[in-house]
Amino acid sequence: MKLLVCVTQTPETTANISFNADNTEFNTTGVNFIMNPYDEWYALVRALELKETAGGSVTIINVGPTANDTVIRKGLAIGADDAVRINAEPKSSMFVAKQIAEYAKEGNFDMVILGKESIDYNGASVGAMVAEYLDMPFISFGTKMEVAGNTATINRDIEGGEEVVEVATPFVLSAAKGMAEQRIPNMRGIMMAKRKPLNVIEPVAFDDPTAVVSYTLPSAKSAVKMVDPEDMDELVRLLHEEAKII
Amino acid sequence: MVLVYAESPKGQFKKSALEAVTYGKMVADAMGTSCTALVIGNAENAGQLGKYGASKVVQANGAFENFDSQVFATVIANAAKEMGAGVVIVNHSSSGKSLLGRLAVKLDAGSVSGVNSLPTVDGGFKVKKNVFSGKAIAEFEIKTAVKVLSLMGNSFPPAESGADVAVESMDANAPAAKITVKAVQTVDGTVPLPEAELVVSAGRGMKGPENWGIIDELANVVGATTACSRPVADIGWRPHHEHVGQTGVAIRPNLYFAIGISGAIQHLAGVNSSKVIVVINKDPEAPFFKAADYGVCADLFDVVPKLTEAFKKFNAAQ
Ligand SMILES: Cc1cc2nc3c(=O)[nH]c(=O)nc-3n(C[C@H](O)[C@H](O)[C@H](O)COP(=O)(O)OP(=O)(O)OC[C@H]3O[C@@H](n4cnc5c(N)ncnc54)[C@H](O)[C@@H]3O)c2cc1C
Repeated sequence: MKLLVCVTQTPETTANISFNADNTEFNTTGVNFIMNPYDEWYALVRALELKETAGGSVTIINVGPTANDTVIRKGLAIGADDAVRINAEPKSSMFVAKQIAEYAKEGNFDMVILGKESIDYNGASVGAMVAEYLDMPFISFGTKMEVAGNTATINRDIEGGEEVVEVATPFVLSAAKGMAEQRIPNMRGIMMAKRKPLNVIEPVAFDDPTAVVSYTLPSAKSAVKMVDPEDMDELVRLLHEEAKII
Repeated sequence: MVLVYAESPKGQFKKSALEAVTYGKMVADAMGTSCTALVIGNAENAGQLGKYGASKVVQANGAFENFDSQVFATVIANAAKEMGAGVVIVNHSSSGKSLLGRLAVKLDAGSVSGVNSLPTVDGGFKVKKNVFSGKAIAEFEIKTAVKVLSLMGNSFPPAESGADVAVESMDANAPAAKITVKAVQTVDGTVPLPEAELVVSAGRGMKGPENWGIIDELANVVGATTACSRPVADIGWRPHHEHVGQTGVAIRPNLYFAIGISGAIQHLAGVNSSKVIVVINKDPEAPFFKAADYGVCADLFDVVPKLTEAFKKFNAAQ
């Protein structure tokens, strides 16, 4: 199995979110960056498990600047064989998808696997775009996957339940919770990662079809109204008459 | 023209489909154009979409029982091209999310997923969505001629503005599906979390799975869907699909009860778009109180049954 895993870099989950003075750019000062949890915990680890049982290789791909190399090296430390970084600032999901597809179409990959969404822009868009560029089936929100020969049986989340689907390789899969368990890189992995290939490739020309024009922070909540624990009728009354929600 | 794909799983429109048409009509009004609804496969009374603002309803007939984004996106893109749609709208649902990206590529269109406000159309097409898991809002400009949007659930309530219209049919010209659906399991009776308007959620303060009876009873009486914090799903007290938060399901119900949940930043990220938040926690310092509209500082094992009783009284009086 030749597997390609897309990873992106996101601010850490506890990061304080703020913007520059004219609210056009995310302020990265003091922000720690991590590998997007869905890419790391589920997409990458399931790919590594497949390689361990069926053989083959796992390549990581990231579209981003040099600063992303730390996160990419972590993926190599967890167990990927090699990595590719498309050297460009990722400014729109379609740009990212185009770059990944351009690389993937030459590589004869059996599967392209990515996390169900990134925890910064929460777009959940790149997977379907890559699949469309490659003219491959796309299975989103996979929570479990068994592979026999070139057929995969995948459980995927749908509203209020799940669906079990069967699909032949090659395909694109987005991975959600359940697909695998997080792996912590060990010392040996970290040492080996330093020697694994990280190829830097220049992007193909592509105009971003979208751009962020401004950011705002949500309006602050007004102070909480505390309700006497002995008077739950009052809480129900407030929800009905004041909040008008029931 | 604005084209809205109205999902009809099992031949029925859900509230989200009516929301999408309502939103499509509002976008069309802002642009001075009309809204057309597209239905794929079976749907009971597709003409009713006219009531929510579609001036035209087109139905692609064929065997579309199972969802394959390649098949559905082809049908939608063909319709969009044929009708010259300038904006294509889908739901930000499990199927809509995989249609958005495909449609963007097929139509050479810029896309924004999970929008929750109306676009502004003077001096460029701009539309907002939540980013950083609800910690901020970003306004995107779409620079292409055709635009594709997916609408976040529970952002625009379905609103009637017209009457039923006649349904036109269309040749689907769909490719064969490459994905075979082997089984579908859905929990019947309860509203799925992403669509729920009322949610009762509980965390590690519950002490153990055997104590969930009081949560189920409250949810039952309120008519709410149940949810939980991540550790509770991780230890197996509750099923994974109930896990809400940054790494679980992101929800925006009208009312969110957080019971025995501390309110960690990763949990808040998935629920902070809820319209009203009620927190029940015995620790007055619990961070969740800062994000709450109403708070009850007490032992949940005392308070939750009392709240259930209060709701029963309220329901009986209604
Ligand atoms: C990368 C990352 C991603 C994460 N993603 C998520 C996510 O998506 N969703 C999520 O929920 N968490 C997530 N977490 C975990 C999060 O940080 C918290 O650990 C978690 O939300 C805590 O769950 P809890 O509130 O149920 O438990 P606790 O933090 O243990 O809180 C239990 C609460 O119950 C109260 N309590 C106890 N007994 C009673 C009683 N008898 N009556 C009333 N109140 C009582 C306590 O005062 C306390 O506030 C993530 C963490 C990381 C690092």
